[in-house]
Amino acid sequence: MEAFGNLMMGFQIALTPYNLLIATAGIFLGTIIGVLPGLGGANGVAILLPITFAMPPTSAIILLSCIYWGALFGGAITSILFNIPGEPWSVATTFDGHPMAKQGRGGEALTAAFTSSFFGAAFAIVLVTFFAPLIAEFSLKFGPPEFLGIQMLTFSAFVGLGGGSVPKTLVSIFIGFLMATVGMDIISGQLRLNFGTIELMRGFNFVVAVIGLFGIGEILLTVEEGLSLKGIQAKVTWRTITSTLKELTQYWRTFIRSAVIGSWMGIKPGGATPASFMSYGFAKRLSKTPEKFGKGAIEGVVAPETAAHAAGVSALLPMITLGIPGSPTAAVMLGGLLIWGLQPGPMLFKEKPEFVWGLIASMYTGNVIGVLIVLLFVPFFAAILRIPFAILFPSIVFVCAIGAYAVNNSTLDIWYMMIFGVMGYVFKKLDYPIAPMVLALVLGDLAETALRQSLIMSQGSPKIFFASPISATLVVASILLVIWPSISRYLGRTAQH
Amino acid sequence: MRKADIACGVVLLVLGGVLLWESVKLRIGWGLNGPQAGFFPFWLAAGLVLCSAIIVVQAFLNRSPAAEKPYIQEGGLVPVLKVALPAFGMVALTQAFGLYPAAAIYLALYMRWIGKHRWATTLAVSLALPVASYFVFDKWFLIPMPKGHWTWISNLY
Repeated sequence: MEAFGNLMMGFQIALTPYNLLIATAGIFLGTIIGVLPGLGGANGVAILLPITFAMPPTSAIILLSCIYWGALFGGAITSILFNIPGEPWSVATTFDGHPMAKQGRGGEALTAAFTSSFFGAAFAIVLVTFFAPLIAEFSLKFGPPEFLGIQMLTFSAFVGLGGGSVPKTLVSIFIGFLMATVGMDIISGQLRLNFGTIELMRGFNFVVAVIGLFGIGEILLTVEEGLSLKGIQAKVTWRTITSTLKELTQYWRTFIRSAVIGSWMGIKPGGATPASFMSYGFAKRLSKTPEKFGKGAIEGVVAPETAAHAAGVSALLPMITLGIPGSPTAAVMLGGLLIWGLQPGPMLFKEKPEFVWGLIASMYTGNVIGVLIVLLFVPFFAAILRIPFAILFPSIVFVCAIGAYAVNNSTLDIWYMMIFGVMGYVFKKLDYPIAPMVLALVLGDLAETALRQSLIMSQGSPKIFFASPISATLVVASILLVIWPSISRYLGRTAQH
Repeated sequence: MRKADIACGVVLLVLGGVLLWESVKLRIGWGLNGPQAGFFPFWLAAGLVLCSAIIVVQAFLNRSPAAEKPYIQEGGLVPVLKVALPAFGMVALTQAFGLYPAAAIYLALYMRWIGKHRWATTLAVSLALPVASYFVFDKWFLIPMPKGHWTWISNLY
């Protein structure tokens, strides 16, 4: 019941007029960011990070997390009305959402999507509320070897479950970590890999990398594909809302199943996208009318949206309890925590309860505000995509430049942003995953410290990673995850013969 | 696609090699404070070299039709360059004039040249957006944007 009391304290913080205003502004901005091509949760949060430096940390995290919720909602709007998935996890929403919009049921599809997002988020938030303190308590016992084990597990999840090419995923992780090592060595204070230049002494800032890789890179990709924005008008009236809600009640099984899949997959890094596809697949297989899927089945909107939003919320669970982000957006928020002077990890619950519980309570308020705003302003958000691209693209580049500059007040960072943009474009085209690189860049210093501290503790013997049962389990699990794709391929081949 | 894959792999291989060499110079052994500064980057660079070598070999052996597709869609290169080059140009101008004037020039150029918008719309948008951002960032949030090399320009506003 301690959690309940803490949650009430959190609500007292989240429900102050200032924080409610911040949350509303965040949702509004976030939805716009989610709708715009080239801007998504991760780089939207990154661009707006500098304006939070002057805020109290709790309000700052409320703003950033609300931008994140808004971006999740915004992704649904573009998927349904424009057939453009703003984020990879909204791809599955286009399968049935867009056909529904074409049949003139756009309002219904949007209502279903927002309701599902809300349900998925609410389900995951309740889980976060009860599990976060437990996990934090448990992880208080962790030392450097255990933290390194968790990090290994995080990255091997990308390799094992990402589904992409294994060497390419590894390259992406190595580059991220290598970029993190550039500049001052955190333990010895020695300058590293700066090739004798002053410019590289500061190292690479992850905010700049995120804005370049996700923002500029995405715009270049969109331009190449010759994006044509042919949206479908949709109006959400009270009649559509009430009738859709009534229709949705019969899919309660889909709701719960998808929320469970989403919450579970979301804890692992990069989980939102597979969660949305998995939950779509399950909904189709278990449906009485699977033939309707892909042609405008409302269940086909409910399943991926519920799962994606649940995964989006549960991705914050490892971030606040262990200091390990589950998604690029969570990684940027974690970077924000470090900038505000907070040490992410289990001690946060002890040292800054008002921050943690304010954030958790704001997840409840933010999602309520979010669902109301998107329902009320759908036509406005859809109108944003009707801005001619010759205005949209340069404006987005300009906004990205502002964000990249503002982190460190350095013009050089705008150059880095452009270079990262080109790199993001090349990597995306060649199927190098970008999310693990960003995570590695954010976590690099923490991982290196954990590794070197562990080795100091054991006087250089790697046996320390198997000394405690927790770290041994984590290390073995991460090794298994990495080799799992090859094992399953081998088993599949022998089964065929 | 195959050629691009090989080219990218080779670039990464070289990069890994350079970083490997740099880490060795930093010393990778055991020092007074445990592992020395080059220890972590050394093993990362070693991993990078190994993986990019595998990627290059895989790309050489890959004869699937997907690998024979061109790297850039037909007619895709020009629009990409039309976005990328002016954007780089804007950053260069930022260094000289400051971000706001550079953004105004960039927006105007892009809208007029690529978007073929009317002069009235072009001027309105390309002036309104930087001016609005100036009030939001420099005035409201007190985050000054770069003013450029020639400060007399930024002294005008």
